[in-house]
Amino acid sequence: MECVFGLVGNDFAVVAADTSAVHSILVHKSNEDKIMILDSHKLVAASGESGDRVQFTEYIQKNVALYQFRNGIPLTTAAAANFTRGELATALRKNPYSVNILLAGYDKETGPSLYYIDYIATLHKVDKGAFGYGSYFSLAMMDRHYHSGMTVEEAIDLVDKCIAEIRSRLVVAPPNFVIKIVDKDGAREYAWRESVKDAAVASA
Amino acid sequence: MSIFEYNGSALVAMVGKNCFAIASDRRLGVQLQTIATDFQRISKIHDRLFLGLSGLATDAQTLYQRLVFRHKLYQLREERDMKPETFANLVSAILYEKRFGPYFCQPVIAGLGDDDKPFICTMDSIGAKELAKDFVVAGTASESLYGACESMFKEDMEPEELFETVSQALLSSVDRDCLSGWGGHVYVVTPTEVKERLLKGRMD
Repeated sequence: MECVFGLVGNDFAVVAADTSAVHSILVHKSNEDKIMILDSHKLVAASGESGDRVQFTEYIQKNVALYQFRNGIPLTTAAAANFTRGELATALRKNPYSVNILLAGYDKETGPSLYYIDYIATLHKVDKGAFGYGSYFSLAMMDRHYHSGMTVEEAIDLVDKCIAEIRSRLVVAPPNFVIKIVDKDGAREYAWRESVKDAAVASA
Repeated sequence: MSIFEYNGSALVAMVGKNCFAIASDRRLGVQLQTIATDFQRISKIHDRLFLGLSGLATDAQTLYQRLVFRHKLYQLREERDMKPETFANLVSAILYEKRFGPYFCQPVIAGLGDDDKPFICTMDSIGAKELAKDFVVAGTASESLYGACESMFKEDMEPEELFETVSQALLSSVDRDCLSGWGGHVYVVTPTEVKERLLKGRMD
């Protein structure tokens, strides 16, 4: 039931993910951030088994950082995506990770890009992508309203349309979403879309 | 559903007069859902040798990377390009290495050998080569492709007529297969040039 989707705009890329951490029928928390800031200009939105998701994305994040320390320059988005795919592919026939990834990044030379990486290590560069049951609704919404070169306002409006569709049409729809954006100024959180707030913890 | 039908694919290669054509569809799917409509299934190994990989996309990508690696090493050692027959043997050997845990791919190899004689072959997922003098097919639409090619093929077609034949065979076959389609990608290779063309068919 995890919903992750993203799209490429004019000179930015935006990804949105739901924020519920679920085990069977229990919702552990509804403010789990599933979009990791990989480095200054890259975002990894991951969905799948929670242990694998956290461990695998942290592993990728640390290796990307190591490359930058060793070589003095950061990896391009394409290189990071291919590295991620390589790790998933190597593990596939030994100890597979059940993590689906949308990798969004901004490179000075090539601009924004979005990479779709399956849990079985299928890699494809896309303009719009989505994972999970929510993808049936968000991909359809994006197919209808997306065009290349969208502004931030248009893109966030489309993201909100997708979230509205997921909320109204998915049977166990996640209540809250986080939206993150990456452009020439870097990767950062853009907004939360909350319909259920966690209750405040009572003081002892 | 079979693992070979997970992503959906259609590939065909045909022999003409001192030329060959290799064509594929453009759909990348995850079972019933279409993820992308611009997926590249055919790759160039060198100017006179093309490889198409149908079947599971992740294995196609892994296999392609391994084969390019082996070919580049060959180029460094032998200081020349691989002959198509040699490359076919290499692909067959690499596939059989994984006999009891195979790559779920069916390759189609097409190239110009010595004296500009066109060479085509396909093999199954464990490397059983199938040489043909006229055409070879692979993918989820293979049964339709066999019928279409058998009826449309003629000996010694010139490049332009070969392009028309391959295109019509591909488009009519993928229209009968829900897992492949969304256009076509055709390469027509003669001793002097490589013509790459995109086909617009039924986009569904």
